[in-house]
Amino acid sequence: MVYLTRIEHFNAAHKLYNPGWDKERNEIVFGKCANENWHGHNYELYVTIKGNVTEETGFLFDVKILSLLIKQFILDKLDHKNLNVDVEFMKGQMCSTENLAKAIWKQLQPRLPQQVELHCIKLYETPRIYVEYFGH
Amino acid sequence: MENKVSVYRREHFNAAHRLNNPAWDEAKNEKIFGKCNNPSYHGHNYEITVKVTGVPNADTGFVIDLKMLSDIINENVLERFDHKNLNLDVKEFAELNPTTENIVIVIYNILRPIIDKDLDIQVRLYETPRNFAEYPAG
Repeated sequence: MVYLTRIEHFNAAHKLYNPGWDKERNEIVFGKCANENWHGHNYELYVTIKGNVTEETGFLFDVKILSLLIKQFILDKLDHKNLNVDVEFMKGQMCSTENLAKAIWKQLQPRLPQQVELHCIKLYETPRIYVEYFGH
Repeated sequence: MENKVSVYRREHFNAAHRLNNPAWDEAKNEKIFGKCNNPSYHGHNYEITVKVTGVPNADTGFVIDLKMLSDIINENVLERFDHKNLNLDVKEFAELNPTTENIVIVIYNILRPIIDKDLDIQVRLYETPRNFAEYPAG
């Protein structure tokens, strides 16, 4: 069993704001992140897959294809977007790093070939904050 | 001999922005600014480095007290830029495109009058880990 990681990045705007609460409560709970006019981040995305190495290629999976899948199903949807407004798969959800990592897993996992198992979505919101999701 | 030394303080802020020239139509803005023109905004983790150059003070050994420099940057830049929308929340960008170039000039112009005029300053601003600008140039 080998683990293989591809690192990608995207930039996006978001805010943390629960529409079921009033402005005051949002500001108490989410502080500066509740700014109604949005703020933003450079997100760094680590996608780790696991499996056995194929003898003929020496590969677990062609990492170029993994990169293209991430680009097509994740980055094209998120990069230079407003996560709350522009992203179909985040609709109705709080755009926290936790939820975004889970949503990325849900988008990517069904698109990977059968022999490849998704192991971890690691998502940095800033160089100092990250989330890991292992699918359970 | 003057024995000038440069000291640096690094800070960071997160902000949303978009690049748009209101004098151009939508098509031209999209063509020039691409994804950065998204009307719903996007955002960055900005990293700012302020370089201060001068002769260390004979009594303290400091070019500038770096804690004081940090407080100056925090009060005058970060308080106004962090977790904000640069286009909507920061008055300097009401009519100025918030490119990395323009942001670094605005930050320099905010800091310059506050820091001792005998000290030279230069500001470096990273928009992403791969893109940055410096002002004054050189």
